Amino acid sequence: MLEIRNISTYYGHVQALKNVSLEVCEGEIVSIIGANGAGKSTLLNSISAVVPPRSGQIFFNGAEITRLSVEAVVGMGICQVPERRQVFSELTVYDNLLLGAYLRLSGGGSRAEAQKDMENIFELFPILRERSKQPAGTLSGGEQQMLAIGRGMMARPKILLLDEPSLGLAPLLVREIFRALHQLRGQGMTIMLVEQDARAALGLADRAYVMETGRIELSGSSESLMSNEKVKQAYLGRLDRHPKRKGAGR
Amino acid sequence: MKLSATENRWKSLRMPAIALALIAVILYLGAQKNFGPVQYAQFIADGLRGGAIYAMIAMGFVIVYNVTGVINFAQGAFVMLGAMLAVTFHEMEMPFSPALRLIVSVILSIAATTLIGVLVERLTIHPARFSSPLTLIIITVGVFITIQGLALLVWGPDAHIFPSFTTLEMADKVFRVNGVVIKAQGFWIWGITAIVLIWLAFFFEKTLLGKAMRACAVNQRAARLVGIRFDRMSLLAFAMASALGAISGIIIAPLLRPSFDIGLNLGLKGFVAAIIGGLVNPVGAVLGGLMLGLLENISAGVTKAGMRDIYAYSLLILTLLFRPQGLLGAKKTAVETGGESRA
Repeated sequence: MLEIRNISTYYGHVQALKNVSLEVCEGEIVSIIGANGAGKSTLLNSISAVVPPRSGQIFFNGAEITRLSVEAVVGMGICQVPERRQVFSELTVYDNLLLGAYLRLSGGGSRAEAQKDMENIFELFPILRERSKQPAGTLSGGEQQMLAIGRGMMARPKILLLDEPSLGLAPLLVREIFRALHQLRGQGMTIMLVEQDARAALGLADRAYVMETGRIELSGSSESLMSNEKVKQAYLGRLDRHPKRKGAGR
Repeated sequence: MKLSATENRWKSLRMPAIALALIAVILYLGAQKNFGPVQYAQFIADGLRGGAIYAMIAMGFVIVYNVTGVINFAQGAFVMLGAMLAVTFHEMEMPFSPALRLIVSVILSIAATTLIGVLVERLTIHPARFSSPLTLIIITVGVFITIQGLALLVWGPDAHIFPSFTTLEMADKVFRVNGVVIKAQGFWIWGITAIVLIWLAFFFEKTLLGKAMRACAVNQRAARLVGIRFDRMSLLAFAMASALGAISGIIIAPLLRPSFDIGLNLGLKGFVAAIIGGLVNPVGAVLGGLMLGLLENISAGVTKAGMRDIYAYSLLILTLLFRPQGLLGAKKTAVETGGESRA
């Protein structure tokens, strides 16, 4: 579905991605794990065309999208839920969700249909229905993350790119978010998940890639990575101290 | 702890204390000139009329600043163009009745000014959109000077005449209420300003496009990630700002014999009003405009008419020094900045 071939991305002269290649198939949850600064977010931003790659190619369902604009990539059905949520804090929860469907609505789509999509999101995150008239800035971090995911879903994406959904959240909330992602996958959504919380991510994903300093170092099924000695040492090291988080998402 | 408590009390009392002191000084100066309620009512009426104009110009600043982060000093040029283009269209031969001729020239002027605003954005702001805000602000200053220079070439240095909306000639109908003189044009100004502001509130609160513009203002990157095209919103902001400028220039034109150089003062006054309102807050901009109009009229009234601008710009400096977030603006709360600052 999504295929990335040898992309390299720079911030000015600093190379953030070095010949990264990966693939996401339809219906999969693929996770990218790695430390802070490994290039995980840059990878998503390269796909979304926020920071276009300098070389390499990105294909989506066989069509090249490397040179498209941010809006055009969204139009293709690739929707990024950005890091640190980035909800429209001064607008209401309802308006945030509505704007998630902006491309469709401004292209002549009906509001009634968007309303129906919103109902689905309220079912996934019931708290958002209660808060729908509140400014998004008054929500807690976890609620904002739910809103950000909901806003992404409103675009009816074919693939959802999630950037660190667990960031700054309490373990209990992380579990709830991951439970929702699991549910989305059950509905056939394809998800690419960037996470520092390797345990939670591997618990949810079918496959994963491990990134280090702009490169993909390892890849494989979640099970194989979880039992990989190197991964265990570098990313799952605190296993015994957080036994409860083991099953996050399941 | 105790110290900070008294400090807090002083802070909460500071604004009312300053306001009271100001009123006392004004009343004292007024008493020296034997001013009664009629004079003050006259100052207030005139102040609210000018203030409405400032409010509308300030809205132009706020809309552009919110969406693009640029303080558009060309806003004053749009005000001038609105007035001068209306004069020019009105002087043209038209096979219409005088009333229709006025309406047609007003509509043409708004359309032409909006078109110029759109061109300004496409030709000067858009190509430099990746530059720093400071660069963009300096560009708008350059645009202002250019437009004013061209206006001098086109219209010459003379003052022109635009008829009042009620009588359709130079002399306006005048209402006298208990000795207070109110020109009919004042009611046009209040009415049109109210309609425009209500429409803007509706647009930003209720329409998808308005919400998309606000989303751009809150978080540009997230807005792009839901598919909102920032460059279109920027264009729309300039179109709206130039239309607002044109409308305010046109409705005040019958009162001030417009010439090529009215844009500087009106634009700067609108900027002062926007700053008083906190620059990002539409409601603040309206209140700032009305306050500025009142304050400059009353304080000039009790001292000297020629000192009006001194008061207005002193207010700008004082606001920037002591209350840079504006009258209504609170320091951003942790909730609002939390998403951004947490790493």
